[in-house]
Amino acid sequence: MTTLLEVSGLSTHYVAARGTRVTRAVEDVSFSLEAGRTLGIVGESGSGKTTLALTLMRLLPPGARIAGGSVRFEGEDIFTKSNSEMRAIRGKRMAMILQDPMASLNPLFTVGDQIAETLRAHEQMPRRGAWTRARDLLAAVRIAVPERRVGEYPHEMSGGMRQRVVGAIAISCEPKLLIADEPTTSLDLTIQAQYLQLLREIQRERDLAMIFITHNLGIVAKMCDDVAVMYAGRLVEFGPVRRIFDAPAHPYTRALIESIPRLGDPTARLTAIDGQPPDPAALPPGCAFHPRCPLVVDRCRVEAPPEVRVAVAHHARCWLASERPI
Amino acid sequence: MRRFILRRMGYAALSLLLLSLTIFLFVRLTGDPTVLLVEPGAAKGDMEAMRARLGLDRSLIVQYGSFMAGLARGDLGQSFYYRTPVVELYLSRLPNSLLLALVAMSFSLLIGIPSGILASVRVNTWWDNAGKLFALLGLSLPSFWTGLLLILFFSVYLGWLPSSGSGTPLHLLMPAFALGWYFAAAHMRLTRSSMLEVLGSEYVKLARLKGLPEALVIAKHAFKNALIPVLTLAGINLVIMVNVAVVVETVFAWPGVGRLLYEGIAFRDFPVVQATVLLGGMMIVVVNLMIDVLYAVIDPRIRYER
Amino acid sequence: MSDSRALPAIQAEVLPLPGRWSGLRSGNLPVLPIAILGILILTAIFADVLAPSDPEVGTLTDRFKPPAWIEGGSRAHLLGTDHVGRDVLSRLIFGARVSIVVGFLAVIVAGAIGTTLGILSGYLGGWVDQVIMRLTDTWLALPALTFAIFLAAVVGPSVMNIVIILSAVYWTRYARVIRGEVLSLRERDFVRLAVVAGCSKWTIMRRHILPNVLNSGIVLGTLMLGVVIVTEASLSFLGVGVPPPKPAWGLMLADGKKGLMAGYWWLTVLPGLCIVLMVLSANLLGDWLRVKLDPQLRQL
Repeated sequence: MTTLLEVSGLSTHYVAARGTRVTRAVEDVSFSLEAGRTLGIVGESGSGKTTLALTLMRLLPPGARIAGGSVRFEGEDIFTKSNSEMRAIRGKRMAMILQDPMASLNPLFTVGDQIAETLRAHEQMPRRGAWTRARDLLAAVRIAVPERRVGEYPHEMSGGMRQRVVGAIAISCEPKLLIADEPTTSLDLTIQAQYLQLLREIQRERDLAMIFITHNLGIVAKMCDDVAVMYAGRLVEFGPVRRIFDAPAHPYTRALIESIPRLGDPTARLTAIDGQPPDPAALPPGCAFHPRCPLVVDRCRVEAPPEVRVAVAHHARCWLASERPI
Repeated sequence: MRRFILRRMGYAALSLLLLSLTIFLFVRLTGDPTVLLVEPGAAKGDMEAMRARLGLDRSLIVQYGSFMAGLARGDLGQSFYYRTPVVELYLSRLPNSLLLALVAMSFSLLIGIPSGILASVRVNTWWDNAGKLFALLGLSLPSFWTGLLLILFFSVYLGWLPSSGSGTPLHLLMPAFALGWYFAAAHMRLTRSSMLEVLGSEYVKLARLKGLPEALVIAKHAFKNALIPVLTLAGINLVIMVNVAVVVETVFAWPGVGRLLYEGIAFRDFPVVQATVLLGGMMIVVVNLMIDVLYAVIDPRIRYER
Repeated sequence: MSDSRALPAIQAEVLPLPGRWSGLRSGNLPVLPIAILGILILTAIFADVLAPSDPEVGTLTDRFKPPAWIEGGSRAHLLGTDHVGRDVLSRLIFGARVSIVVGFLAVIVAGAIGTTLGILSGYLGGWVDQVIMRLTDTWLALPALTFAIFLAAVVGPSVMNIVIILSAVYWTRYARVIRGEVLSLRERDFVRLAVVAGCSKWTIMRRHILPNVLNSGIVLGTLMLGVVIVTEASLSFLGVGVPPPKPAWGLMLADGKKGLMAGYWWLTVLPGLCIVLMVLSANLLGDWLRVKLDPQLRQL
């Protein structure tokens, strides 16, 4: 099992108003991902998950600065690559699926065209060949009658189908890593399960590593091998899914798990986490979670906790973590 | 698609109706329309005859009916000055205005679109600021003043270009520039904002994520999408140009429908004024309809609109 | 692009964000436009005191005198004289009065009509909306200048008529935009609460909708000022605007054309410059206001 992706100490900041406002969107994040495994990145809006994904792709909006750390993909340092080298990686070795399929597809071009252009750009396939391959890819994402669909426009398809097309585009050049940023959030509930199933199958068929960004712990439980929990730009817990769910080390993770409504017990109350996620441009001192933490102690208010190893391949950022029984 | 076209045609017909009604009512509402519609200095008998012809003693609806009947026949009266049917007069001048408008429009697009694209791709840099300045000036300078300044500079001081009349391409240069300047600014502005919007869209983001070369992203994905509103505006503006060229045509004595309108006012030739405005407005409504249909051809989404 | 730690220059690929069309000086107060407009307004008010000569009467022996700093000019006529010997400076000063009065009045009246109809159309919906919108669309299709010329030819030129005509032509711009705003305001919670609380339609329109569209109205009004001024100048230039011998900048341009081929440039350049200054200031101010007051108005 080779390490496909290794991220260490990664920080990405947004700088606004001529350097006076710094938003630490991603701060000192470290994790690794092996080939064929699935990592779930969980967090509320504003926790930095999407910025993290865009940083891996090195496709950040203006005003964003990579402030530190490194990313190694297939052993190569991403940050030393030139623009054209990055472009060769994007779409070909690393692919991404975005949240809203209607917005992701250009309304003026057919679905087939949009799949084919990736093939033609990366593999210099001639037009005919690319078109045929596009049709095959539509079949691979389980779209019926692909030879007809390939000539259709995005608005002629349903939401679920469009997202499959986006999936087809993503796997078209046989990438090693697929990053999916909330791919099912825009889909109807009934379609979501189907889509997740599809992703699972594709992953197995192609030995694809996946990073699954979501705020839905249920999906994480079903789809992922490891999970990384983000809060206010920091990775507050990382570990295998089973372990995290059974014995979460960080109070935030614990609260997230407990806030999932459970069927079957009408007397159990719905628990919510008090307060709001902090403004990333104005984080509280010490541990960013301390204002909302039920287990807060004085140290938390002053010093930000470092990453502590709780168990094998399981770490967390909490002053109380190392004191917990393993 | 057929449904869409039929609906648009219905709207157009309604607009035409409202337009003619507006013109009709405004003339009738000012008291005695015969004052306007009869030659200045006419004898009393002529006025009586006109009154009878207009049927002013009959109800407004009947009058409108005969007005519309005349319109359908292509009869909007006769010019006092030229003593020819105004519709004929208008149609004979129209090609000149169209020529001027086409040249001015080409100029405005050739300057406007590339500078808009450049400004959007180099947002907030020197290029963009220069573009903003250009746009601001273009939208603030009245076209006829630009024309007068051009005459001052190129005809009076340099003696390179003729200051009035038509006939050679040299005659066309200054009026087209004066007319097109404002629209160049408007098109530049729209191109810029349209491109920026498209460049920030999710599908452009995905195109970049797919690893497509930047030039392809801009030329294929951004450009076509961004151009739609610009071309729509350009089409509408073409017809508007024909109509607002009044002042430019007057300044340069260019023999188009704008100048015809001016002559109508200057010589108190009201049938000419009425016809020019009415026909000009009708042309706009029809062209808008054609643009809507064309839009449906370019943008596949529109065809399926309910 | 420097990073907060000394890393090799990383070329982060940029995704440009959608920009907003802002004036040349976005953010800080546009001092110059406001100053210019202020000066123009003061000039308009104190024209009688400021102007050195009578703007409407001239002496034929003093025709086509150039501005004072050119050979042949004199202190008596700082900016020269026109084709009947009238003092250009005085005419410019009184012309400011015409432009300011006509411009502001037309914008306010058009704004009042347009906003009212826009609110009614947007809020009441139904056939009221259809009727008003059809009319607005049709009148919008007709270019303002052409329509204005037509109306001027029908009713005859005078300052009051011009204001009425300009209002009649330009209210449609307001109605369209305001209606759009009202449509989205209608769905907002505070309006719905008022409905649930039992307020009458008229009360809601007056107390909840109107104050919220005022911002757009003001921005639109400022932007319209420039357009109205140019239209008024065009009308006067063509001879259907402000009637002579009253001084209007557009009229001065028409007169100036007579001397153009002979090289009497000041009769063309100076009035035009005044028009441009006023229009530029109004446009800059309007752009700034739009950014400040209501970011929704990108479509303008």
